[in-house]
Amino acid sequence: MTNKSVIIKIKRQDNPTAKSHWEEFELTYKPGMNVISSLMEIAANPVTREGKATTPITYDSNCLEEVCGSCAMLINGRARMACSALIDKLEQPIRLEPFKKFPVVRDLAVDRAVLFENLKAAKAWVPIDGTYDLGPGPRVSPEQQEQAYPLSRCISCCCCMEACPQFNEDTDFVGAATISQVRLFNTHPTGAELKRERLAALMGDGGIQECGYAQNCVEVCPKDIPLTRSISEVGGEVMKQAIGDLFHK
Amino acid sequence: MASTPKIIVIGGGLAGLSAVIKIAEMGGQVDLFSIVPVKRSHSVCAQGGINAAKNLKGEGDSTWKHFDDTIYGGDFLANQPPVKAMCEAAPGIIDLLDRMGVPFNRTPEGLLDFRRFGGTLYNRTAFAGATTGQQLLYALDEQVRRYESEGKVKKYEHWEFLSAVLDSNKICRGICAMDLRSMEVRTFPADAIIIATGGIGAIFGKSTNSVVCTGSAQSSLYQQGCFYANGEFIQVHPTSIPGEDKLRLMSESARGEGGRVWVPKTPGDKRDPLSIPQSERWYFLEEWYPKYGNLVPRDVATRAIFKVVYERNLGIDGKPMVYLDLTHIDPKILDRKLEGILEIYEKFVGDDPRKVPMKIFPGMHYTMGGLWVDFNQATNIPGIYAAGECEYQYHGANRLGANSLVSCIFGGFVAGPAAVQYARDQKAAASNGHFDAERKHEEENNAMLMKSDGKENPFRLWRELGELMTANCTVIRYNNKLKETDGKLCEMLERFRHINLSDRSQWANTSVVFARQLYNMLQLARVVAQGAGMRDESRGAHYKPDFPDRDDKNWLKTTKAYFAPDADEPRFEFEAVDISLIPPRARKYDAVK
Repeated sequence: MTNKSVIIKIKRQDNPTAKSHWEEFELTYKPGMNVISSLMEIAANPVTREGKATTPITYDSNCLEEVCGSCAMLINGRARMACSALIDKLEQPIRLEPFKKFPVVRDLAVDRAVLFENLKAAKAWVPIDGTYDLGPGPRVSPEQQEQAYPLSRCISCCCCMEACPQFNEDTDFVGAATISQVRLFNTHPTGAELKRERLAALMGDGGIQECGYAQNCVEVCPKDIPLTRSISEVGGEVMKQAIGDLFHK
Repeated sequence: MASTPKIIVIGGGLAGLSAVIKIAEMGGQVDLFSIVPVKRSHSVCAQGGINAAKNLKGEGDSTWKHFDDTIYGGDFLANQPPVKAMCEAAPGIIDLLDRMGVPFNRTPEGLLDFRRFGGTLYNRTAFAGATTGQQLLYALDEQVRRYESEGKVKKYEHWEFLSAVLDSNKICRGICAMDLRSMEVRTFPADAIIIATGGIGAIFGKSTNSVVCTGSAQSSLYQQGCFYANGEFIQVHPTSIPGEDKLRLMSESARGEGGRVWVPKTPGDKRDPLSIPQSERWYFLEEWYPKYGNLVPRDVATRAIFKVVYERNLGIDGKPMVYLDLTHIDPKILDRKLEGILEIYEKFVGDDPRKVPMKIFPGMHYTMGGLWVDFNQATNIPGIYAAGECEYQYHGANRLGANSLVSCIFGGFVAGPAAVQYARDQKAAASNGHFDAERKHEEENNAMLMKSDGKENPFRLWRELGELMTANCTVIRYNNKLKETDGKLCEMLERFRHINLSDRSQWANTSVVFARQLYNMLQLARVVAQGAGMRDESRGAHYKPDFPDRDDKNWLKTTKAYFAPDADEPRFEFEAVDISLIPPRARKYDAVK
């Protein structure tokens, strides 16, 4: 297996307004390589397959353990995390592209601030009284914990939004990640305090109704979060509240 | 000063966010700087749990025992009063996190569940699956988002701290930072600043740390006059998964839940591990340390693995690896308590650890040393505070598992209010001439890097640095090698002057950013190497075969490095350790303590 090589094609873009172009790289194969280690290799020797000197690739990364949510990109067309994309399991040539539904910063780095704004709008927090000593929190059964924990593992990578056909400028859809967080906080005993406001934030244009049930979100989620279940549960609550509001006007 | 204190917090991990929350709650205004969106900070990587002696298992645990375990585990190098305060605050911190909605694992009665971790005999570790750090960080991130929406916190994400702005009296008046997208260098005034920038893993090339853990901010402050304490104390975690891009942590909780470390008794045994009978396996930790077994502290476990692999040549298949075995445990329990880490092993190695013993090896993990601070988290430069892994205060010569999260949060909870108090007592700054000077200085640094046209690729130079430091400044240390290392670091600093950035653009240029970090890494690496060279004893994570014993007579003291600008190198002084509460005793995990 000596001298085996890895071919990677990368869609590059110098800045948010520049035109994109492709560059191809050939790397020496090493066992255990992943997309991030390949990008590191290119940085240490930034030369294209044709031997032309180029610049290191700009991309987001941090933990490299698929828990910080930084390194999301399109790998062979699929929205996923680059750190856990093992070269051995990818068809070559490997194509790396930035997410298409988020503004490109440079090369593979995109701006995903929209999710954090959505979380703000949805009041995705538990409204505690303060950080002074107030004793333990409410009792939580193991069953409740086992429901909440998977939802709380969302790494804000935005893969679910990238893959969603409804997530686009026309609909302004909020996306599965935020809806799932609404479910998480609405089911917490203290978090439920803000339930009405959270559900209200998901009504109207760009709200939960935009979901077209394509189920791409749950398909690409690297953390196997039950996103479609969250959407249907929260959808039901939003509907109930909307009808209730109608009768109490 | 103004009625609303303005505090800058640098770093959005657990320590930084804890400080932010306290400041906002006290009515202060915060500018929060982070290289990555704060929710992506390195704290997410903490896996196993957070310690607090809540004694919910009827074992007679107490905060004093937590304190004693921490001091003993740290080989008596930590000043004792702040450690005691941390252990006393820990149960309240757990309650607070619980109230914030952290999905901690529960007992059937709905109470918090606790598990055992290294260096203690008590079930003292609260946990949320095996992604406790992630869950804690999210809880704090959510509270900060709440304050952000109320206008009390302004985030500067994708900004990197470059240096502090000091006035002519050497008082900190703000910071100089760079927008990592537009590359703009700007100064920001503040009444006080808090550094919470984590560990220095990148100095060792591959480690369990995240990409942003370069120590660049600490190094920059050290070069501006801050003391850097106990730099030679670097924790090498016994169980990490070797990888091409990093060493991934395999949490101590795997052993806390019953995982066993072993090697085949026959060197080079090529059999499938599951087919090797019990009688032909060597559970060396259990044999050598019958009381603590697989849960000896990390430095002890790491040296034991090194001994088995390098002295007895019993590494799996002759390679530097040993088994960490969970296959005897009910997979349902594993999924409930360890899923996050099992998933990491599965995804990155491709084997299912429920069915096959994991192959692991020690990897650089934690920085015990850091910016010197007093008991109020204040550095020696007025107006600069530090909290979390970037400071040195709580873990002495070796950190116990699951103590990092509590030290981050506690440190932030002390630093935030201390900074606000300082700001309230502080007179207004005089001129702003220092701001312009600092900005120009940093802009010139950038310009110099941009036009430098030597032959050195910064990423390759970094690899050399990592290999050098890992080989000579981690588990086993020899004075001649340490001296050689420092010499090579000097050569590398010289080579840095001939750096060549293949990218000279003015937008999101990662090469410039990395080159700046690399320079700071090289400067700080000298503190680590020289500090290790001087300390002729073995204590906690610092081990010299030529000086195998702890030497309290000469070395029960804190190493304090400071930068001598005229000489461009570290100088050292030493400070007595506060041992006012627990008299030092020999640290022996193979016997009853």
